[in-house]
Formats: sequence, structure tokens, C-alpha cells
Amino acid sequence: MKLVALVLVPLLGGLLAWPLGRRRTEWARIAAVLALGVDLALALSLLGPAGPGGWLATFELPWIPSLGIGLRLGLDGLSLVLVLLTLLVGLLAVFASWSEIRERVGFFHFNLCWVLAGILGVFLALDLVLFYFLWELMLVPMVFLIALWGHERKTYAAIKFFLYTQASGLLMLLAILGLGLAHQRAAGSWSFAYGDLLGVSLEPTLALWLMLGFFAAFAVKLPVVVLHTWLPDAHSQAPTAGSMVLAALLLKTGAYGLLRFAIPLFPDASVRFAPVAMVLGAIGVIYGAVLAFAQTDLKRLVAYTSVSHLGFVLLGIYAWTSFSLTGTVLQMVAHGLSTGALFVLAGALYERTHTRDLERLRGLAPVVPRMGAAALFFALASLGLPGLGNFVAEFLVLVGAWEVRPIPTTIAALGLVAATLYSLRFFQRAFHGPAAEAELADLRPRELTVLGAMGVALLWLGLAPQPLFEVVAPALDVLLRTAGGTP
Amino acid sequence: MSGETPMVLLPLGITAASALAVMLAAAVRGPTPRAATGRAAEALSVLGLAAALGSQLAVAGAAPRRVTPLFVFDGVSSILGAVVLASALAVVLLASAYLRRLDEPWEEIYALLLLGTAGALALTSSDHLVGLVLGLETLSVSLYGLVASVRTRGDEALEAAMKYLVLAGAASAFLLFGVALLYASVGTLELPALTAELSAGTPAGSELVTVAGLAFVLVGIGFKLALVPFHLWTPDVYQGAPAPITAFVATVSKGGVVAFLLRLVAAAGAVARPEDGEGLFVVLALLAGASILVGNLLALLQRDVKRLLAYSSIAHLGYLLVALLAGGELGPRAAVFYLIAYAVTILLAFGVVTILSRAEQEAGDLDAYRGLFWRRPILASAMAAAVFSLAGIPLTAGFVAKLYLLLAALDGSRFGLVGILVVGSVLGLYYYLRVVVAMLATPEPETAASEPVGASGGVALAGLGAVLIWIGVAPSAWLRILGIWLGG
Repeated sequence: MKLVALVLVPLLGGLLAWPLGRRRTEWARIAAVLALGVDLALALSLLGPAGPGGWLATFELPWIPSLGIGLRLGLDGLSLVLVLLTLLVGLLAVFASWSEIRERVGFFHFNLCWVLAGILGVFLALDLVLFYFLWELMLVPMVFLIALWGHERKTYAAIKFFLYTQASGLLMLLAILGLGLAHQRAAGSWSFAYGDLLGVSLEPTLALWLMLGFFAAFAVKLPVVVLHTWLPDAHSQAPTAGSMVLAALLLKTGAYGLLRFAIPLFPDASVRFAPVAMVLGAIGVIYGAVLAFAQTDLKRLVAYTSVSHLGFVLLGIYAWTSFSLTGTVLQMVAHGLSTGALFVLAGALYERTHTRDLERLRGLAPVVPRMGAAALFFALASLGLPGLGNFVAEFLVLVGAWEVRPIPTTIAALGLVAATLYSLRFFQRAFHGPAAEAELADLRPRELTVLGAMGVALLWLGLAPQPLFEVVAPALDVLLRTAGGTP
Repeated sequence: MSGETPMVLLPLGITAASALAVMLAAAVRGPTPRAATGRAAEALSVLGLAAALGSQLAVAGAAPRRVTPLFVFDGVSSILGAVVLASALAVVLLASAYLRRLDEPWEEIYALLLLGTAGALALTSSDHLVGLVLGLETLSVSLYGLVASVRTRGDEALEAAMKYLVLAGAASAFLLFGVALLYASVGTLELPALTAELSAGTPAGSELVTVAGLAFVLVGIGFKLALVPFHLWTPDVYQGAPAPITAFVATVSKGGVVAFLLRLVAAAGAVARPEDGEGLFVVLALLAGASILVGNLLALLQRDVKRLLAYSSIAHLGYLLVALLAGGELGPRAAVFYLIAYAVTILLAFGVVTILSRAEQEAGDLDAYRGLFWRRPILASAMAAAVFSLAGIPLTAGFVAKLYLLLAALDGSRFGLVGILVVGSVLGLYYYLRVVVAMLATPEPETAASEPVGASGGVALAGLGAVLIWIGVAPSAWLRILGIWLGG
């Protein structure tokens, strides 16, 4: 029941925030904070020893019994970590948009809560049709967030995002239905339960096609280079909270989908496909870093760093070793925090200077010293400074992937150097140089709290990641065993 | 006829009797418009259709039975009859406020609506070519009048009506000629006997006549369903007709024809040698593919919401054909389920259009919807729900229907059509989203007159919206009913 509540609480919070926001804008914000806070407490209460199969909690209720579709939810260590990340980032996003969003506040928080609910559902769903349902459910509110509260080219960005994700989602739907059909032909009864579909034996060609259907949807979200072009537009045009949710959470649903569905459901096809995917990952690391270096728009720069960081995730997932998967999960969390924080900073800068143009931002460090310190911290996190979460994550991914495929791994390792370049360039451009003339307000206590929370979390992940590893390990072991990777 | 027979005819009888009663009310009125008779006609129509729907549902569970050689009452006619009657009821409720705003008499519109409904109802249970012609003509003749029925609409409506009259007349001629040719070559007009004869092999020398006959019948059907390439009338009639009538054309007039097509495909699929039916399937597959692509591509170019919905309806009927062609156990169910979801959705969409429209200036252009979300949030939410349902987004009926349809199509190994369907759906997303984006835009200071929703319109919109979400969230009850009524 707790799992259902986990999805329902933000949905209800959103429904409450909408009308409240019409009365007083503060009430909508408070409603959202309360809903997400309660949800966070709920999620924390699920921490505990893993049961059989690595599950901490499961839930099942018939939905469309004639087709074997059920409301099946399950939470293991992997889901739990991502659920906690979702709720933490969600809460911080509400705080980060406290002064930025002034229009239609109720509707904004409605959309924010519904996106988060869809994302939470995606991390919990254990029925493939339900998974697709929630996968699509999170899109529309996200499109609204971009289209209504975004920047100059918001409509273009929103429509592009919608078309990319929907088109690839339809391919995944076909693959899901094809897989269900294959199960029906083999077993004689309908089922879309994850557990039932894991064991379906498929012809190699069919398996490859179905796997590609899943991969298409996840690759767009992740994003994999070639399918990434929606990302810089969506990330740079979205409001701060939207960019945070996109970068920190939505991209992770793609990685989660690969980990939970694409590879375990089609282990053999994935082995055949792994070299391609790992090369794509390595290309993504370098390509994202190079383009990030060339950006003049601060938010586009951060967006391209996501392409680069998520390249490591793709590399780590398809290496499919214990080290690389652990690193991948940590990378998902650490990237969520560091990139989220950079978007908070970009939003705060934009609120004060009304520009995201790095050509026009100069010498801000003496004017806003606290902001400068924060920017340096998160830029260093992003470039993978030892002691912060991102370093541990990328190191583990590289170690894990090296055993499997050294060449793409070597190429990806170069990405660490490139990351240093773009991170320091960003900091040097915006904050060094002759002091700016402008009178700007430094970070307010609310912003400091948001950034502080993210910074502490990154430090914790960098210095003592063991607790996180212990939560995730049982779940990853199960995944490794089902899809037969090298332990 | 046994004692039970009149019961199955009850819905048809009630509908026809209500039409007569409304005509009497119009006769009482005399030449000047009088609000009282108009409201009486409205009340009569609502009560008549509600009673017909009730009796339809009451007799629905009964075993299949044939009444005269023309009609058969079975699961298909039960469901689609209910769809037709419920759609007609919704149209009448939605039209109320629109028609009351007219300063011309409007009782006849109700009489024609009821007559058209009776025709569509007859279609749902006819498995005889004469039944097809009878039903289709009753429906078409009512539509000629309905499209032009509101004089204040001016030239636009007249043009649409002329276009419809000429093209529908031609289509009817094709259909009749086709029926005659089939009779000449096969010697029977009953659908099961006809397909059986055809599969047994046509007499030498008459193949051409038979093929031509079938093709002409398909032209007639394709015209009514607005399948490409028989779709040319659709955008103009959708745009020109008064908004509630457009809703009627989009739902009631399609429901009956789908029923006949369902029987035709089932009969053709059941023949001893499957390859005999293959020709029909190939033709229908081509029509489906062309409708999906052309409908969606042309919808991309539209700025008028009614025209946009017209092209989108062309595409949606193409989707429905895909399910029909899939066959198997799932195919017919998916097709009927899709029709139900589509009817609810499009009625909701045209319901909002109707409520926002006045006869002399309808809410056609996309600009009329700019900022609607901030001016009239509930109406805009209803429209957004309908548009998302057309696009197949979760929480709406359209999502579940499309999922079921794709499952049926994959089950029937119609991979080519599935590919076209996916391409069409992606194209569709763009123009559906455009409507939503327009509604979310910042409102212009000078906004269109805000029309009241009216009690009956409100009830209809609320009901349609509730069903749309109900099907989208918990469809299992609907699927169970389909399973029971359609057997298998």
C-alpha cells in the first residue's frame, strides 16, 4: 500500500496546490512542499533489509485482467535510491522556484507534482503496460512546465521534446505489446508482469528488434548522441525547476529503463548490442564535453555536460559488471545533484542579471562572493574532483568497463580532461576578471539552503558512498544474475 | 415472428416515433418561431432517445435473432446500436444551448436528427444489402437537410450542404449500382449467403461484374466513413455544418456504417478458403493506410479547429480499419472499443466547439481558442482531455483504445499497417499539441463573447468527460462487456 501512496501523495498534492494557488500563491508552494515532504518520509520508512529477489516492498492489484495487465509495483534498492533522489530534487525544485515563478503558481506546482508522480511511478512499475502508462504520464506536465514558464523559445522546445519522447515511446509500446504477445503465444495466457516476461524465450531476430524498441525510448531520454538534440533546447528553455527535473530525474528514467527492462528482458540481444552502445556512450562523453566547451549560453553549457555525463552511464550499463553498475547508479545520483545545483545557480544568475550569456557575465566573484564559491564547488563536482560523488562514480564506471572493452573506455576517460576544460572555462568566464560594476544581491538564505543540501549530499557520496552501495547492491546482484553478466 | 420479436425492434420504433412526434410539434407551431414548441421538441427528443437507449440496453443480452431477412439483432447491433443512440443523445443535449440561441425555428432539426439516428440504428443491425441501402439513405437524406438547417450560418452551410448532396448522391448511386451488379452475378442480397456464394466460385464470365459490384459497394461505404480517397467532402462539411450537426456526422453516421463493415469483414473472413477474402482485405488495407497518412498530413496544415478535427477523423477511421483487418479474437473487439472511445472523444471535442459557437460566428479558427485555459478553465480542460485522447495520451480513453488496437494489429500480424499507424500517430501529435498550446497561450485582452454552457450541455460534457477518464483509467469493465457481447 505504501508504494501506491508514494505515487498518489504527489498527485493529490498537485490537485490541492492548483486551487490553493488561486487564493494565495504561498499556499500552493506549501502544499507542494508538504506533499513531497510526506512522500519523502514515506520513502525513508521503506528502508530496510531486502526480501527475496531484492524487493523491499511489492504491491499487486488487477487492472485489466482480461489482458493480464495489473497495477504491479515493486521497490528494491535501486528504485529506492532513485525515489529518494526524485523527492529530494523535487523538494529543492519547489524551493528553487520560490521567487522565480510568479504567474499561475498553482498550476505550476500542479504540473511539478504530477511530473514527479509520473517519475516515481516509472521507478516503481513492475508491469510493462503500467510502466508505459506512467512513462507517458510524466510527459504532458513536463511539456506544460516548459511551454508555460520557459524562456524565449519555449514553445519550440516544448513541442520538440514532446515529439521526440512520444515518437520513441510509441516504438517502446510496440515492443512491449510484441513481448506480451510472444508470452501469450508461448504460455497461452496474457501477462504483462515483469516477472513473467523475464523468462520468455524469443527468436534472436525478434528479440533484437524488441530490444531496439525499448532502447529507442530510453536512448532519447538518456540521451544517446544522435537522439539528443531535444535536450539542449528543452533544458535551456525550461524554468529552473523544469531544468532541474529534466536533468536530475527525467534523464535517469532512461538509464533506469535500460537497467531494469531493456537488458534483463533481452539479455542475449543486449550482449550483441553492447559494443555499439558502449561506443555510443564513449562518443557521447566526448561529444557532449566538446560542445559544452563551445557554448555561450550558460544553461546550454550545463545541458551539454549532461550529455557527456550520461555517456558514462551508458558505458557503465552496457559493460554490465558489478563495478560499472554500481558506478552508474552513483553517477545517476551525483549527476542529478551536481547538475541540478548548476541549474539552480544558472536560474539565480538569470533572475539577477537577466542573461544567460557567458559573454556578458564577467567578474561576478567579488560582487556575489557566496555565489562564486558555490559555482566553484559545483563546477569542481562536475569535472570529477576526488572527494565528491561524481569522481567515485566515474572512476567505478571506468574500472568496470575497462575489463570488458578497453578502447571505448579509454576514449571515455579522455572526457574527464574535457570536463576540466569546460567547467573551469565556465567559472573563469563568469566569475573571474575585472570586478563587475553591477549591484547584485548575493545568494539568499533559501538558495543557500538548497545549494547547501546538494553540496553536503555530494560530499557524502564522495567521501563515504558505502551506505548507498549497500542499499543498491542486492538489487544490482539480482539484475546481474538475471541477465548473466560478469560479476 | 415470435412474441419476443417486437422487443428487439423497440429502440428503432421509439426513435422513429419520437421523430414523428417532433414533426407534429413543429406542425402545431405554425410559421413563426416559438420558444415553447422548440423546447417541447427538445424534451421529446431527449426523452425519446433516452427511452430508446434504455430499451436497447434492456434487450442487449438476448440471443441473436433474425427479424425479417433484412435485420439481425446480435452482439454487434447491441453495442453499436447503443453507441449510436448514446451519441445521438449527447448531440441533442449539447445542441440545446446552441439551438436556443437561434432566432429561427429549430424543431425540424430535432426531427431530422431523430430520423438520421433511426437510419443509423437500422444500419447497425442490417446484414442484407437492402437493409444497408435503406439505412444509409434514411441517414443521408436527413443529413442533407441537417447540414443546411441553420440559415443564419449563411453561404458556408449552403455550400457544404450542396457539396454533400452532390457527392453523397453520387456515392449512393455507386452503392445501388454495386448492389444491383452483385445481385445480377450472385443472385442473393443476404450478406452470409453472398459471401458463401462468392467463395464457392463465381460463374465463369461474371467475375468482372462481381468485382465491380463489390468495389461499388465499398465506394458507398468508404464515402460515409470518409476514407481516403472518398474523403473530399469531409473538411468542408465539418466546417460548414452547424457545430452540433458536425458532431452528429462525426459519430452517429459513422457508427452504423462501421457495424455493417464489421459484418462484411467477419463474413469475408469466415469463408472456407481465406484467399477468397484476400482481395477485400487488400483493398481495405490500402484505404486504411491512405486514410491514416493523408488525414494526418493534411491536418498538419489546418488553422480551423473543425477542419482539423475533420482530417483527424479521417485518420482515426483509418486506425479503426486496421483493427477490423486484424481479425482474430481481438480485432473486432478492438475496432468496436476504438469506435466507442473515438465517439466519446470527438463528441467531447465538438461539444466544446458547440458551446463556444454562435450560429453566425462559430468558434472555428484556432485564434478563438487562444488563452481559453485562463478564460474558461473547465471548458478548456475538457477540450484538452479530448485532444489528448485523440492523440492517445494516458488517462484518456484514446490511450487504452490505441493500446488495444495495436495489440490486435500485432496479433493479426498487420505489421505494415502498424508501421503506418505509428508514423500517423507521431504526425498527429504535432497538430493536437498545437491546439493545446493555443489554449495555454496568454489570452488576448479582447476576447470572444463568452457563451453560457447551459444545463443540458453541462450535463452532457460532464458525462462525456467522466466516461473518457473512466475508460482511460479503468477499462476492464468495458472490455468485459465487449467480450460478452461480441463473444469469442
